[in-house]
Amino acid sequence: MSAAATRGLSILGLLALWSAAALISDDPTILPAPWTLLPRYAQEIENGKLLHHLTATLLRVIAAFVLAMGLGIALGYAMGRYPRLDRWLDPWLVVFLNLPALVLIVLCYLWIGLNETAAILAVTLNKVPNVTTVIREGARSLSPDLDAMAGVFRMSTWARLRHVVLPQLAPFVTAAARSGIAVIWKIVLVVEFLGRSSGVGFQIHLYFQLFDVGMVLVYALAFIAVMLLIEWALLQPWERRVRRWRLA
Amino acid sequence: MIEADIRSKSFGTSRVLGPVRFTVRPGETVAILGPSGVGKSTLLRIVAGIDPRFEGSVARPERMAIVLQEPTLLPWRSAADNIRLVHPDLSRMKVHAMLDRVGLGDRPDHFPGQLSLGQQRRLALARAFAGNPEGLVMDEPFVSLDTGTADRMLALTEALIAETRPATLLVTHAESEATRLADRILRLGGQPATLA
Repeated sequence: MSAAATRGLSILGLLALWSAAALISDDPTILPAPWTLLPRYAQEIENGKLLHHLTATLLRVIAAFVLAMGLGIALGYAMGRYPRLDRWLDPWLVVFLNLPALVLIVLCYLWIGLNETAAILAVTLNKVPNVTTVIREGARSLSPDLDAMAGVFRMSTWARLRHVVLPQLAPFVTAAARSGIAVIWKIVLVVEFLGRSSGVGFQIHLYFQLFDVGMVLVYALAFIAVMLLIEWALLQPWERRVRRWRLA
Repeated sequence: MIEADIRSKSFGTSRVLGPVRFTVRPGETVAILGPSGVGKSTLLRIVAGIDPRFEGSVARPERMAIVLQEPTLLPWRSAADNIRLVHPDLSRMKVHAMLDRVGLGDRPDHFPGQLSLGQQRRLALARAFAGNPEGLVMDEPFVSLDTGTADRMLALTEALIAETRPATLLVTHAESEATRLADRILRLGGQPATLA
């Protein structure tokens, strides 16, 4: 069976499980059946709300992702390369790694205010320590021989980064990106839940207060679909491209 | 011209190199011979400029090249790119001519992992000579090759050195390689190691 077919069947299985559970519980206010959500999807697409809130969340995810990856890669690389710096910054890293997401979010909102800057910053700060830890591991395992070679041949700094260092870090960057994007969108939802007036998290907050399980599922599933699309259309093809030389 | 005037080199408290002085004139090949573990590679890394932590001074030309024991190629770049990225000024044609020269003209797009160890070594040679180096350091470039392959590599190296005429420093533990390639042989021995 092809990979795509397996994937499709596996998702159908999940839908079947959900349908069975809905039929058994027989209470649409607790667990509505999948097909009863379809008209509500149609309604949310038609009035434009779904697209509006999905876009808002997606933009926050992208902003936080780019910032967290950029900062995390720079910091992780520096810490992996310079042991002295690592000794100084490592305790900070442990503190931030163990700071609960909720605490950071609340503090950002309290200190900066209920605005977009605070929201993005809170998500970014939650993710940077993870990215840093992963990339630091990669930077520690960089080949000293390739480094020596690049040095003797006087490769330019840019060429060394692009052709010698980054390809060695690539598996670590993909691992960080993978786990990063999954964690970030969940934190973005919490941030929206607590202090934004747009986005999937905001809508879920709204329907939570109305105790509308159906609409909570409508928004949650829509965003999961978006993230699956990103995984299959962007992340996995990119990973294959980066790994091409290993398979050749 | 490579001028080495090393007074001392230590790792922690153990002194590996004592006073070592020698020069390699342009076009000359000097071999450093000695048992393994004596500090040959340490000396080579100092001369190449990889290890700046030593007492003394080394003068080396602007354009240096290196061939290490391992081919030290970029496994994620093609054979042609492995030469081109190190020498960005080289034209496509020159890169291909160089690949041809070492017998890899038919596989410019192969990744190093698709080449045999002998071919990877020749690619490393091509990379070293493609930049028309004024100084060249080689660290045991012929170990762990079978006799036939090692012999062809030696002949190729000999020819390339004769064409390019860099100041060449060859580090090896094999007497035969040293006598074949070098104009002059220096012996490294003792603890800390000095030239005999």
